[in-house]
Amino acid sequence: MTTPAQAIAVTNLHKRFGPLEVLKGVSLTANEGDVIAIIGGSGSGKSTFLRCINMLELPTSGSVTVHGETIAMKKDGHGGLMPSDRKQVQRLRTQLGMVFQSFNLWQHMTILQNVIEVPIHVLGKSKDEAIATGEALLRRVGLFEKRDAYPAFLSGGQQQRAAIARALAIQPLVMLFDEPTSALDPQLVGEVLTVIGDLAREKRTMILVTHEMKFARNVANHIVFLADGVIDEQGSPDEIFGNPRSERLKKFISSIH
Amino acid sequence: MTDTTPPDVTTHAMAFTPEDLPTAGSFFKPHRIVLLLIAAALVFCIVWFMRWDWVPQYLPRLGYGILVTLAMLFSTAILGFILAVPLGLVQVTGPWPLKTLAKIFCTVIRGTPLLLQLWLLYYGLGSIFPQTGIKQTFLWPYLRESWPYGVAALTISFAAYEGEVMRGAFAGVPAGEIEAARAYGMNRWTVFRRIWLPRAIHRALPTLNGETVLQLKATPLVATITVIDVYSVISKVRQDTYITYEPLLLLALIYMCLTGILVIAFRYLENRIPTRGA
Repeated sequence: MTTPAQAIAVTNLHKRFGPLEVLKGVSLTANEGDVIAIIGGSGSGKSTFLRCINMLELPTSGSVTVHGETIAMKKDGHGGLMPSDRKQVQRLRTQLGMVFQSFNLWQHMTILQNVIEVPIHVLGKSKDEAIATGEALLRRVGLFEKRDAYPAFLSGGQQQRAAIARALAIQPLVMLFDEPTSALDPQLVGEVLTVIGDLAREKRTMILVTHEMKFARNVANHIVFLADGVIDEQGSPDEIFGNPRSERLKKFISSIH
Repeated sequence: MTDTTPPDVTTHAMAFTPEDLPTAGSFFKPHRIVLLLIAAALVFCIVWFMRWDWVPQYLPRLGYGILVTLAMLFSTAILGFILAVPLGLVQVTGPWPLKTLAKIFCTVIRGTPLLLQLWLLYYGLGSIFPQTGIKQTFLWPYLRESWPYGVAALTISFAAYEGEVMRGAFAGVPAGEIEAARAYGMNRWTVFRRIWLPRAIHRALPTLNGETVLQLKATPLVATITVIDVYSVISKVRQDTYITYEPLLLLALIYMCLTGILVIAFRYLENRIPTRGA
């Protein structure tokens, strides 16, 4: 049996905001087909970690490798790092489909225009091809009828599903979900989780920062518990939720039930 | 089965819905009949008791004047807006020397009367140019005229006001939308061209509408430096005929019509992208 290819490798990542060290050396490897859920209390650095993977947040030290290609970094002169090749970062970002907590759909475009924007203007696809793919993706997340509507007229759940379609449209190697249901009304969470769960079942590689523990347990094959900027414990869902070892994890799990 | 589903609000949002407009029947309510009669009487009085016999004679010149006014408005609004985009952008994201320069420009221009700027350009630069080498260049035939100074002054003024408007519009685009664009691998120029700028313009449109109307009503100032716009044609009428009020009434009507057209055009642009709760 061949080992699956490595999709993302993060090595010894540190991130400092002024005097506050949010990440204190986090390493994580995601192979193709992995569904990794990152859990932890607020302020544990999980969103920051995710945002460091596509360099929306620049790490203070450490390295990120996407599909075997390490992002070249140089010193920024303020004790941190910055990408030494902006083109490389832009190219690698098209491998990473990010879904944000607050959707961040482009409000001046219709749903379909949102979905075809990057394929046309970044990936250089033809308009017909992008529309065909985009409409298929919208049908898949159940928003085909809303393709000509503007984001402001959609519910939060519909907007987040559209945002997932937009991320899928770039045909990313890895999907990054940054608390995708945290900004939603409780009754809208389900429709978004259903879409993400379907993606997980078809073995799409994804890293998911979430507060939905039950969901994480169901869809992820690996759970990472971040606390105070370090990986406190990681393992299979059954190990983490069924047999937590560290005190902090025990406390965290009992606090959410 | 009858189809009774209402039109999809997500794709048919408009500022004016048919319910807002008066129907034919609603004109026959008593108070409206009275108002209509008063208006009709007013129009009748204006037409019957005032002097309009001068109009046919001046009609060609009035048409020319309106064209000059419109040319002044559109050229300076477009040029001014093109300048306003970088002026607003550097104030939001530029390096500090550019930011400071843009701030000083906007503050100085907005802090002085347009009439003063116009005269400084026309009487100041206009009297310096003949003593310089410009007299030998291809520009001289234009710089000898008065309209380039009018265009310059109105453009600079519009740029300064709209620079501030665009500064606010750029700053007001949600950071998350810019971030999403970057997260999918857009380079800076694409982010600006596809997301930031169109989003900012969309936000600024209602303000730009008002500012363009103000710009229209700033154009008569060019009459003070001998540009023949519609205002100066009307002044000429008054000088020639000694008729006081009628030309002014007509002038008011002309500016009102032009304003109406501008407002409707901008409303059409705004409605192309519906906003919620507008």
